[in-house]
Amino acid sequence: MASNFLRLRKPYYVESTINCSSSSDQKPVNLSFGINETRNQTKKRQAKEHHGRRSCLDSCCWVTGYLCTTWWLLLFLYHCCLPFTVGHEVPELMPAARLKREGLKGIHPVVLVPGIVTGGLELWEGKPCADGLFRKRLWGGGGFTQLLKRPLCWLEHLSLHNETGLDPPGIRVRPVPGLFGADYSAPGYFVWDVLVKNLAKIGYEGKNLHMAAYDWRLSFQNTEVRDCALSKLKSKIELMYRANGNKKVVVVPHSMGVAYFLHFLKWVETPPPMGGGGGPGWCAEHIKAIVNIGPSFLGVPKAVSNILSAEGKDVAYFRAMAPGVLDSGTLGLRALEHVMRVSRTWDSVVSLMPKGGETIWGNMDWSPEDEHVCEFSKKRYFRFSPSDNNVNNSDAKQVFRVKDPVKYGRIISFGKAASVLHSSQLPTTVLKEILHMSASRNFNSSCGEAWTEYDEMSRESIRKIGAADKAYTATTLFDLLHFVAPKMMNRAEAHFSHGIADNLEDPKYNHYKYWSNPLEMKLPDAPNMEIYCSYGVGIPTERSNVYKLSPSNKCKHIPYQIDTLVDEEDGSCLKSGVYFADGDESVPVLSAGFMCAKGWKGRTRFNPSGINTYVREYQSKPPTSGIKSTAHVDIMGNIALIEDKLRVAAGATGEEIGGDKIYSDILRMSERINLQL
Amino acid sequence: MSFLRRRKGTDSSKSQNLRCNIVKEDEKNNLYESPRKESYNSKKWSCWDSCCWFIGFVCSVWWFLLLLYNTMPASIPQYVTEAIKGPLTDPPGVKLRKEGLTVNHPVVFVPGIVTGGLELWEGHQCAEGLFRKRLWGGSFGELYKRPLCWAQHMSLDNETGLDPPGIRVRPVSGLVAADYFAAGYFVWAVLIANLAQIGYEEKTMYMAAYDWRLSFQNTEVRDQTLSRIKSNIELMVATNGGKKVVVIPHSMGVLYFLHFMKWVEAPPPMGGGGGSEWCAKHIKAVMNIGGPFLGVPKSVSGLFSVEARDIAIARTFAPGFLDKDVFGLQTFQHLMRMTRTWDSTMSMIPKGGETIWGGLDWSPEGSSFNCGAKTLRNNSINNTDQIPNINLANMKNVNYGRIISFGKDVAEAHSSKIERVDLLDSMKADMLANLTNCDIWIEYHDIGDHRIKAVADYKVYTAGSILDLLHFVSPKLMARGGAHFSYGIADNLDDPKYQHYKYWSNPLETKLPDAPDMEIYSMYGVGIPTERAYVYKVTTATDCSIPFQIDTSAEGGSEDSCLKGGVFSADGDETVPVLSAGLMAAKGWRGKTRFNPSGIPAYIREYSHAPPANLLEGRGTQSGAHVDIMGNFALIEDVIRVAAGATGKELGGDHVYSDIFKWAERINLQL
Repeated sequence: MASNFLRLRKPYYVESTINCSSSSDQKPVNLSFGINETRNQTKKRQAKEHHGRRSCLDSCCWVTGYLCTTWWLLLFLYHCCLPFTVGHEVPELMPAARLKREGLKGIHPVVLVPGIVTGGLELWEGKPCADGLFRKRLWGGGGFTQLLKRPLCWLEHLSLHNETGLDPPGIRVRPVPGLFGADYSAPGYFVWDVLVKNLAKIGYEGKNLHMAAYDWRLSFQNTEVRDCALSKLKSKIELMYRANGNKKVVVVPHSMGVAYFLHFLKWVETPPPMGGGGGPGWCAEHIKAIVNIGPSFLGVPKAVSNILSAEGKDVAYFRAMAPGVLDSGTLGLRALEHVMRVSRTWDSVVSLMPKGGETIWGNMDWSPEDEHVCEFSKKRYFRFSPSDNNVNNSDAKQVFRVKDPVKYGRIISFGKAASVLHSSQLPTTVLKEILHMSASRNFNSSCGEAWTEYDEMSRESIRKIGAADKAYTATTLFDLLHFVAPKMMNRAEAHFSHGIADNLEDPKYNHYKYWSNPLEMKLPDAPNMEIYCSYGVGIPTERSNVYKLSPSNKCKHIPYQIDTLVDEEDGSCLKSGVYFADGDESVPVLSAGFMCAKGWKGRTRFNPSGINTYVREYQSKPPTSGIKSTAHVDIMGNIALIEDKLRVAAGATGEEIGGDKIYSDILRMSERINLQL
Repeated sequence: MSFLRRRKGTDSSKSQNLRCNIVKEDEKNNLYESPRKESYNSKKWSCWDSCCWFIGFVCSVWWFLLLLYNTMPASIPQYVTEAIKGPLTDPPGVKLRKEGLTVNHPVVFVPGIVTGGLELWEGHQCAEGLFRKRLWGGSFGELYKRPLCWAQHMSLDNETGLDPPGIRVRPVSGLVAADYFAAGYFVWAVLIANLAQIGYEEKTMYMAAYDWRLSFQNTEVRDQTLSRIKSNIELMVATNGGKKVVVIPHSMGVLYFLHFMKWVEAPPPMGGGGGSEWCAKHIKAVMNIGGPFLGVPKSVSGLFSVEARDIAIARTFAPGFLDKDVFGLQTFQHLMRMTRTWDSTMSMIPKGGETIWGGLDWSPEGSSFNCGAKTLRNNSINNTDQIPNINLANMKNVNYGRIISFGKDVAEAHSSKIERVDLLDSMKADMLANLTNCDIWIEYHDIGDHRIKAVADYKVYTAGSILDLLHFVSPKLMARGGAHFSYGIADNLDDPKYQHYKYWSNPLETKLPDAPDMEIYSMYGVGIPTERAYVYKVTTATDCSIPFQIDTSAEGGSEDSCLKGGVFSADGDETVPVLSAGLMAAKGWRGKTRFNPSGIPAYIREYSHAPPANLLEGRGTQSGAHVDIMGNFALIEDVIRVAAGATGKELGGDHVYSDIFKWAERINLQL
């Protein structure tokens, strides 16, 4: 019966289909006959028609599916093969494995102090736009995905209050505590992880390894005021000291953590309420050694360009290449302005400004690095032999010195001329005059709501400052910054100082704002303590910048930018508006090594008890990545450095690991610096 | 069919469509074949291509939906919920912030057993690449990837109860240790979020994470955990202007904190040397959530045969599955070997013996619990008295005192009718270890068949004789545990032997600290049938299996029976019976007693269980279950009020649904 019926019906159906398809776009009319076979036929036909038009959607699906499948297959294979490949890498990655075989065992508890931007931050209370992010990371880890999802909200929550430098009302962002705080700043980007792994190999674990996470946006004293971070650190160190059989701790600060820990050293011995009330002798009792990594003792010039125009070297390139993208891209309107607005609320940035003024960083015509040669690649070649000393290399240097020394002292110069000419040829208008002239600031109301402090300055004074042929040294720099960012500087000056003390006995130096400046504080009375300055050398590092007025004169624009067009022939220190010197990519050798090489060497007025200091430099070797890298952050994975640290943690003294190890000109540079000791 | 095709062919040839002609030609070969312009790859488009197409399609749709979901404003789920349920009540944190409550006393969380995360610090070759990855908690991914390796790393040393050589597994520290047990399964997260609403943050909250596998004193020996907690509490009190802390222990954390309070005041080297005033100076209140003060019967079955009610049922349904699957061969044996190295499980063996838990024919609960349990919900204090009267007709007296009985008939018969062979006699009997070739060693293999028979012949075990039983079947485990825990009742608390740490976690053998201003809360859920006693049988399986197992065929007669699947249930929070959670606060510590010489006020706060009304509520805001109670709004509100400075009186004092006071009267405990 059914087949009969089918036979009768089928022709009709087919006809209609054909009719339709010939007239329109072959869309079969959906006639349901309630017979399975007919429907199958329809389906087949439909499928056939689909094949006819498989061009776009189906192909897409097919390609996606194909890619996915291949990807999964590869992933599967990778996971299967992983155990075998890992097995080969391990001995190389793990100096600890070798040291453990030598019988090394962790004795002293270890405290890690992370630097700026490497610590994670998480949200505890936020505006409605941050709904559902409670205790999720805003910084580090997966936090940066939020930047892409809700950029403005993200920036708002990372800002601090403009007046107090503390939380803005209704927003609480707190550091991620514990070892989770800084071990992965972003996924796959190790900061402390390699070190922690190695420490664990020789027996470290939660009870004798502590990560002193703190909110790196705040000024150091404010971390205590808001989060009791310094008290926590003190109690942790005391606990670890007691719980591990009265073994003193080894502290490993990195980058800005170095300055933070200097602050802690003073804070802990100062009586309350300003200090921690540990009493004199606390450091001597509890601390064995401070192994500073990539220390920014005397600040970094990068911080200046950051404050002035939110530019690092990398950003400057980018800005020149694609002016449109950053200026109007991601953040709806202007990325740099937003970044500047946020980062200017962070007091800690100010702690990184160059300290010691012209005495340390050089003046208009002189700088301690005068003999520096910029041919990094060749220099590396000549200085490769580990047994090198300065005599051998001075010959080599003569060859490559082409002309007058670079005037590193001029940290900011407007126009290339200003960075090269002799100081007598520069115009003499001082900043003070401009300041005086524009004492009555005419508020530029045409821009509406002020975004950055630049909007509150008159166009004229901006132009005056940025007029060509002006240069600023580490001392006059502060006048400039006071002028362009008065609020920030006022706020921050209550927390940081950047000078050199004439008389350290002056009671004013008991104030906490001097505690993080090694040139204005005395080291604690702890003759058995040791201080290491470990840092990478051989990588070009920003030392001074050439600026220009930004071409666009619109509102809400940063009026200055690094002049990336300024360049010189190969072998010059000047590249894209930035003068480079030796360093670890972020911190110049001068800042990292000077205190250990000279300021604290022996018994000086900064180091009255004669704490032993050691300079440990790590030469950059190509390829500059992975386990031999010496760049500012990557150095945390440098095996030579890790080995040194493990030995110190296992009880070795600085003499036992080989004392000073110097590749750079730091000793000669320090000689040239005329600092009263 | 040939007719059909021909007809179609001619029909289509009538139309002037060129394509259709091509179709016709192709159809002669294959009905499904594609038109010619793609015919070069048409043969591949059969299976492989369809698969690709399908996967691609699914992926694309999935991504598209994901994109939609992510771009959707976060408030939409709330709209949906409100549309279905009507306006939501504010979470307690928001509500109390509106009332003006702010951060006051620092808060310390003490997590319980199994809820804290554990991570690997040093391991064998097979655990390569897992450094500082969670072995316990999180996704448990490693359990599935390399089960034997996992079990090996989670085990402790069989002799010392500390790390086995070459393996270091350590507790995760910080709030992340126990905020979520597994992804999406909250433990402390809801409480933390609500506390944060009134201003709490990292500096005023502290998670006292410890390795819950170790005996309490060993956490100090190995990790200095107790010292850390002491130092952290001192720090929080100092940095918050001398405000005392509110401690919130959960589950086994309750016992851990009891231990801590004794430890901190005891002089070194055994104790922390805080001096006799330490607790008075540093602690405002101890808010115990679901505290197994007097142990839980579940732990007995756990030790005896690695079974809880849930597993027992699974074991009968699919005996092959659990026994053979995950661990390659014998899941239970592996599990038993692993859990038996954990000293902490022994901290929860029922304490107080027959005095507390009942003898052969007597138990404090008697017949008063209605195991049907449906009517118990939402009743108030007033009508609890009436329930037994209503149900008395169809309720028999359940012999809860017999924690383990072999056979259902034994469990229900009167004690005079049970023939028992004395266990001690058979213990003296010659011990013939039958050296079987089992891959996995458990202590049962050393025992020998006739001893197993002897165990079964003794028939009934009360809370007192259960210890003999455990000593009998697993002497090594109990010898190790006996050095760290004690389960008795002290006759004379001033006896100097009670200064030993093994008594510190037993509330019946310690005195509370001298801190009259401190407060102790017992907060727990009621209204859920909770394991209280078991019916066992001897398995007939092969040599290498565990010889005992819960007799899941033992069922009570009626719907309301307390016996289900071999387990007698009583009132409780699904894990801890009311008796264990409430007795100390209801009687042992009430007023000035010998256990509480300074008269610390003790309050009982019960939370009647109500299951989540619908799926959107997740695990419910009125749940009374052991872990889910951490999301109970009423409990959270109580905690926040106390943290913000309220006293127990201001909260409303006792809040009781169960018959705990009546039971407490029946217990003859010298005070």
